Amino acid sequence: MKSRLNVNGSVREFEADPATPLLWVLREQLGLTGTKYGCGIAACGACTVHIDGVPTRSCVRPASTVGANEKVVTIEGLSPDASHPVQKAWVALDVPQCGYCQSGMIMAAVALLRDKPKPTDRDIDEAMTNICRCGTYNRVRAAIKVVAEGGNPRVAGLAIQHADGSVT
Amino acid sequence: MSEQLTLSRRQFLVSSAAGGLSLAFHLPFASDASAQGAATPEVNAWVVIKSDDTVIVRIARSEMGQGTLTGLAQMVAEELECDWAKVTTEQPTPGENLARKRIWGNFSTGGSRGIRESQDYVRKGGAAARIMMVQAAANEWGVPAAQCRVSKGVISHAASGRSTSYGKVAAAAAKLSPPTDISLKDPKDWQILGKRLARLDTADKVNGKQVYGADLTMPGMLNAAIRKCPVFGGKLVSFDAAAIEKRPGVRKVVKVHDDTVAVVADTWWQAKTALDALPIRWDFGQHANASSESFAKVLQAGLDAADAVVGNSNGDARAAISSAARRIEAVYSYPHQNHACMEPMNAVARFTAGRCEVWTPTQNGEAALAAASEASGLPAAQCEVYKINLGGGFGRRGAVHDWVRQVVAIAKEMPGTPVKLLWSREEDMLHGRFHPVTQCKLTAGLDASGNVTGLHMRISGQSILAGVFPQNIKDGKDPVVFQGLNNGGGEAMIGYSFPNLLIDHAMRNPHVPPGFWRGVNLNQNAIYLECFIDEVAVATGQDPLALRRKLMTQHPKHLAVLNAVAERTGWGKTAADINGQKVFRGLAQTHGFGSYVAACAEVSVNAAGELRVHRIVAATDCGHAANPQQIEAQIEGSFVYGLSALFGQCTVKDGRIEQANFDSYPVVQMRHMPKVESIVMPSGGFWGGVGEPTIAVAVPAVMNAIYAATGKRIRNLPLAGQSLKRA
Repeated sequence: MKSRLNVNGSVREFEADPATPLLWVLREQLGLTGTKYGCGIAACGACTVHIDGVPTRSCVRPASTVGANEKVVTIEGLSPDASHPVQKAWVALDVPQCGYCQSGMIMAAVALLRDKPKPTDRDIDEAMTNICRCGTYNRVRAAIKVVAEGGNPRVAGLAIQHADGSVT
Repeated sequence: MSEQLTLSRRQFLVSSAAGGLSLAFHLPFASDASAQGAATPEVNAWVVIKSDDTVIVRIARSEMGQGTLTGLAQMVAEELECDWAKVTTEQPTPGENLARKRIWGNFSTGGSRGIRESQDYVRKGGAAARIMMVQAAANEWGVPAAQCRVSKGVISHAASGRSTSYGKVAAAAAKLSPPTDISLKDPKDWQILGKRLARLDTADKVNGKQVYGADLTMPGMLNAAIRKCPVFGGKLVSFDAAAIEKRPGVRKVVKVHDDTVAVVADTWWQAKTALDALPIRWDFGQHANASSESFAKVLQAGLDAADAVVGNSNGDARAAISSAARRIEAVYSYPHQNHACMEPMNAVARFTAGRCEVWTPTQNGEAALAAASEASGLPAAQCEVYKINLGGGFGRRGAVHDWVRQVVAIAKEMPGTPVKLLWSREEDMLHGRFHPVTQCKLTAGLDASGNVTGLHMRISGQSILAGVFPQNIKDGKDPVVFQGLNNGGGEAMIGYSFPNLLIDHAMRNPHVPPGFWRGVNLNQNAIYLECFIDEVAVATGQDPLALRRKLMTQHPKHLAVLNAVAERTGWGKTAADINGQKVFRGLAQTHGFGSYVAACAEVSVNAAGELRVHRIVAATDCGHAANPQQIEAQIEGSFVYGLSALFGQCTVKDGRIEQANFDSYPVVQMRHMPKVESIVMPSGGFWGGVGEPTIAVAVPAVMNAIYAATGKRIRNLPLAGQSLKRA
């Protein structure tokens, strides 16, 4: 039986057992592999997507429970060209290391900044429960603050030299 | 190619399995005749320049987040004198390296070796290409090469006013003989190397485009889920395939080796859920009753056993201690840990009668190739490994390629069909290659004035080499056990001098398979020694920094990093309160992976006994710093890894690991993260690693600060179950 999901602005059809988590429908049926599998028990956050703007751990959410009118946004749908302010801050501060957890980190950060445009450290601690084993937390925090403070990456003080000659 | 085939497969396997360099690589700066025929000829093995001036730098080591791809490219680009904005990278395959007599050297990416052990030959590769490029332009113009200058990939000849670019002369340069006399730049002249450059691989990591092994897909590919006997050493008795064969998507149930079963299905979710439903009978074998408690007893007995091998000694420590006016003794331990890479182990394999190809995230493509060859039964020359970006490595994906052997065994059952094996998190947690478990008894003899007259450090416990490279154990000694405790050697040296010293190891190997876990044995050795030095300071009424300074007079580089963190934190002055809580400091220093590191941690412990690590100031002398902003990222990251030992451990019950996922294996998260201030202070003259050494100082610095705050001496990890309320 065919099911439908509204993902990144398009209605997509797929076939899967009703218990199949949204994560695996995204990755295996719809080819959206930017959303990652990390734990399968909603503990690590690598699978975070937005459902109607709410950050959701897609590894434990059956795809069949996502309504046809609910809008799913994955990392691929955040912007067409990595121009979202959070993505720009991430690039400016060279946040990712291996990068595997970063799709989930970014989706969690986008939701946090929409709800609390000027998050405190405590807000960041509470919202950003994603696990990163490379240990990018301090740059994640710095990048969130860059966005909160208007997008000028120089406030982070990292002095990173980019190939285009800019320094952030 | 034909010459390569004369190398026996065994020779190749032995070499790559040992991670050694027994096959010296060949003509490292020559270009390859077959590569000459390519549309864009290589100038040499490291450098390809396209006609549009794009520079492709070949990278042999694996990028797993540590930034080596960017650092190695900086090295080549610096000597090449090209335009950094035009640099891209590509990775040669292990099969190409084999066919070209290991022209790219060692692919192994562990031990913080990527930069420090490649730097000489990759810089020379860049320099050789520059010399050839200039010569090609000089030849075209009929002028001496010495009269030509080069900057950012543009060659000019001032006297005639001519100029050209690398892209225009690369084809001619590729035909020249490589230079034999190659000198490298003075570090003070570096323009690209040593700079705070942005990574080359960030863009695709913020938009979901970066492809990891787990993301790979190819036409006709099937997906496999796998389960190995949960008890190490146990065997597969039987499984009831009929019970799941009719489930949607299931294609095959495969016995893998003698201890594992896999389900192959159209999608991984189908395979995984079918496997969960598969009735399996195991023979748990002789270790079915083993537990962490039973290991601990064996290790404890080793603390006083006679069968120990010596790692470092001078004088007669036993005599000095037995005749000492006073003795101090303490026993510490460090538990098993899992690497817990965010991306579980995975690979795609395609097997046909004459060829075996594997796509996988690996820290050592050559070892993965050896594993594919062995598992497929085909000579290495008929196998190939394509390295895919790693979602974390930390040592798990380097020495042992168990998942590669598994996927090849599965693919052999379905010739011609590509099969992707992805471990579940549970499989990854239960079948890691674990941080070794050890205990350590430290005994110091003191004279009447409180001076240390002798130190005995007895390590009892697990050897990584015994479990991974037993051929490297010589006369019962695993030299890696003594990381950070060696007398000289340049790799991992003790930073103290004692009039009498004995450091020895009683090897005790539980059945849990060990592995190289980021920081390796430096992790626990630094805890043992640095916390015990603190104990000696307290027992003798000395300031921990003052005592260290007394013991470190013959170790100026160790002392320099320690002094740097003490100075930055204002050691000796009271720290300002934070949120009404008093802040206390702890120190630690060590040397490992060729670098000198120290940390000063600032913590508070509230009335409820809750620990808060506020700040860690860390200093690193890595000799030369390839990219300071990435070194800072490595320092922060390594603290996350190291400090996770405060929270989590892997324990064994009924022969198996108890922690199957992140709900029972807590790790450092954002809310735990201290502010990190890095002092990168390269003193020149050597190249040290940066991915691992600072891990080792994070935990002892925090443990010493906990003592300062509470009067409680933590000697075992994790902290859970130990009250930190002030004594």
